[in-house]
Amino acid sequence: MASSAQSRIKSISYAKYGYIFILPFFIVYFFFQLWPLINTFIISFQGNGADAGKWVGFDNYKAILSSTVYDKAKVLSGDKAERAKMALAAQHDAFTRDFGNTLILWIGNFIPQIILSLTLAVWFTDSKLKIPGKGFFKVIMYMPNIITAASVAVLFLSLCSESKYGAFNQILHSMGVVSDPAKDPVKFVTGIGTARGVIMFIQTWMWFGNTMIMLMSGIMGINPSLFEAASIDGANSTQVFFKITLPLLSPIMVYTLVTSMIGGLQMFDIPYLYHTGNTVNQHVETVAIYIYNHFHQTVGSAPNYGYSGAASVVLFIVTLILGSITFYMNRDVEAIKKKKQRKLLEKQLKAQNKLGGFNI
Amino acid sequence: MSKMKAVYGEGTDSYSFKVKLKSGILLAWFIILTIICLLPIYILLVNATRSNDAISGGFSLIPGGYFGKNFDSMKNSEYVKPIFNALIGYKNSAIITVFATFLTVFFSAMTSYGIHVYDFKLKDVAYTFILMIMMVPVQVTSAGFVNFMIKIHLANTYWPLILPAIAAPAVVFFMSSYMKSSFPLDIVEAARIDGCTEFRTFLQIAIPMMKPAIAVQAIFAFVANWNNFYTPSMILVSGKLEQKTLPMMIQAVQSSDKFTDYGVVYTCIAVSIIPIIIAYIALSRFIIEGVALGGVKE
Repeated sequence: MASSAQSRIKSISYAKYGYIFILPFFIVYFFFQLWPLINTFIISFQGNGADAGKWVGFDNYKAILSSTVYDKAKVLSGDKAERAKMALAAQHDAFTRDFGNTLILWIGNFIPQIILSLTLAVWFTDSKLKIPGKGFFKVIMYMPNIITAASVAVLFLSLCSESKYGAFNQILHSMGVVSDPAKDPVKFVTGIGTARGVIMFIQTWMWFGNTMIMLMSGIMGINPSLFEAASIDGANSTQVFFKITLPLLSPIMVYTLVTSMIGGLQMFDIPYLYHTGNTVNQHVETVAIYIYNHFHQTVGSAPNYGYSGAASVVLFIVTLILGSITFYMNRDVEAIKKKKQRKLLEKQLKAQNKLGGFNI
Repeated sequence: MSKMKAVYGEGTDSYSFKVKLKSGILLAWFIILTIICLLPIYILLVNATRSNDAISGGFSLIPGGYFGKNFDSMKNSEYVKPIFNALIGYKNSAIITVFATFLTVFFSAMTSYGIHVYDFKLKDVAYTFILMIMMVPVQVTSAGFVNFMIKIHLANTYWPLILPAIAAPAVVFFMSSYMKSSFPLDIVEAARIDGCTEFRTFLQIAIPMMKPAIAVQAIFAFVANWNNFYTPSMILVSGKLEQKTLPMMIQAVQSSDKFTDYGVVYTCIAVSIIPIIIAYIALSRFIIEGVALGGVKE
C-alpha cells in the first residue's frame, strides 16, 4: 500500500534527470562521432589533394567503383586528360584489389578460427571428458588476444624474416626444407600466398581464444537436461553436436559471424605493419589501409580526402547492412510482443472509456 | 546375475576406456595448441637475450646471456634512441589509457543509469539509437574525424584520443543489460525518501552496486586503449618522440631501415608487451569471465 508521501514522491517528475544523465554521452557523440561521420560524407563529394574543398559530385565514387578506360599511348605522349584518366583507373584498381584482399584475409582467418573455436568449446564444456587443467588452457589460448596487435605484427615480421635472421626459415632449414635461409628462404613477407597465409594465421592465433570463450558461454546457456535426455536416448557425441548443440547455438553463431565480419572489414594493424621497406605489401592491403593512406598526411603530399571519404562511405554501407542483420537477430522478441500487447490494451481501454462516457 | 555383471561390467569398462582415450587425445591436442600460442612469445623472449650474431647463427630455445647488452643498446644506441624510448612510451600510453578508461566507464555508467532509472519521452529513442550506432567502425568516421580535428586545431594533441571515450555505445549497452538484471528501482525510491539527491544516489549507491560490470568494462577499455594504434597514429602526426604512444614507437622500429640488430628489435618488442602480459596473468580469471559475460546474449 503506497503511503501518501510515497505517492506524492511518485507524482514528482524526474524526467529531466534522465536527460541530464544521458546528455554528456550524446554531446560527445555528436561532436566526435556523428559530425565526423557527416563530414566524411561531405568530403566524399569533394576533391582530392590540392582540390580539397571543391565540390565534385559523385566523381570520387565513380573513380573507385567503376573502371576508367584510358589510352596508354596518349599518356606516354604527355596528354594531360589521359593521364588524369589513368590516375582514376589506378584508384579503381587499388580499391577493388583492397576490397578483395580484405575479403580473402577475412575468410581465410574466419573458417579455421570458427572450426577451432567451436570444437574446443564443445570439448571444454563436455562434462563426460576428464581433462585436467581446463582453466589453464583457456587462459593461455586467450592470451594472444590481449597483446598489442602492432607488437604482434612486428614480432611475426621478425620471425618470418627472409634472411638468415628469420626464426621460421631457420626452423625449416633445420628440418631440411630450406637449403640456405640467407640465399633461398621461403618468402613469408614478400610472397603473395605466404604473406596472406601468415596474416591469416596471426589473425586466427589472436582471435580463436576469444571466439572459443564466447561460444562456450553460449553452450553453457543451453538447458543441460537436453544433453541428458540425448545421452539417455543413446545419442553419441557427434549426434549431440549436430542435433542439439549446433541448432541451439545458431543465434550466437550468427552474432559471431557478423561481428567477425565487421571486425574483418576494419583489419588494419597487422596487414599495415607486416612488410619490409616503405610501402605496404599490395597483396595484403585492406580497405582500412586504403582509407588511412589517403587521408594520412605524409611529408610532401596533400591528403586525398575525397577518395578516402568515398571508400569510407562504401565501407559504412556494407557495415550498415551487416549491422542491421545483427540488430535484427539481437532484438528482444518478447519485449516487442509485450509492448504491442500493451498498446493494444491501452487502445481497447480508451475505446471502453469512450463508451463508458456515453453510458453515463 | 553373473551374466548381467559380465555384460554390464564389460560395457562400462570399454566405455570408460573410450572416455579415457578421447580425453588423452584431446589433452595432447590442447597441449599442441598451447605450444602454438606460446611459442612465438617464447622465441621473442629468448631472442631478446641473444646477440645479433647468435640469432643469425640459428634457431635456439635456450636463452642467451645478452639481454643486458641488448637492453643497454636499446636505451643508448644512436639508432634506437631517437625512435624508441620505453619510458616515454609507457608514460604517454598510460596517460591516454587511464583518462580514456575512466571517462568510458564513468559516463557509460551514467548514461545507462539515466536510461534505466528515469522515464522520459525520448528514452526508447535514445536506447535504440545507442544500439544502432554500436557497430559503426572507427575507420568509417576516421577521414572526417581527422579532417575536422585538423580544422579545429586539435591534431597533435591528446584531446581527440581521450574525450571521445565518453561516448562508448557498446559499453553503455553492456551496462544497461547489467542494470536491467541486477539494479532494482526500489533502491532509488528509498534513497529519494531519505532525501538523497539524484546525483548522490548515482555516485554513492548505483556505482558501488555496478562494480562488477564497471571492472569488466574498465579492463577491456584499458586493453583496447593501450593497444590502439590506428587512432593515435592518425591524430599524432608531428613525428615527435615525446608525443608517441608505445604502439607508434613499435611502428617506428618496424619502418626504420637503420635497424639491423635483431637482438635489439626483439628487446624493443619484448619491452612493449611484457607489462600487458604480466597484467593479464594477474587478472586472467577475471578477464575470461568478462569475455564469457560479454558473449551471453540478452
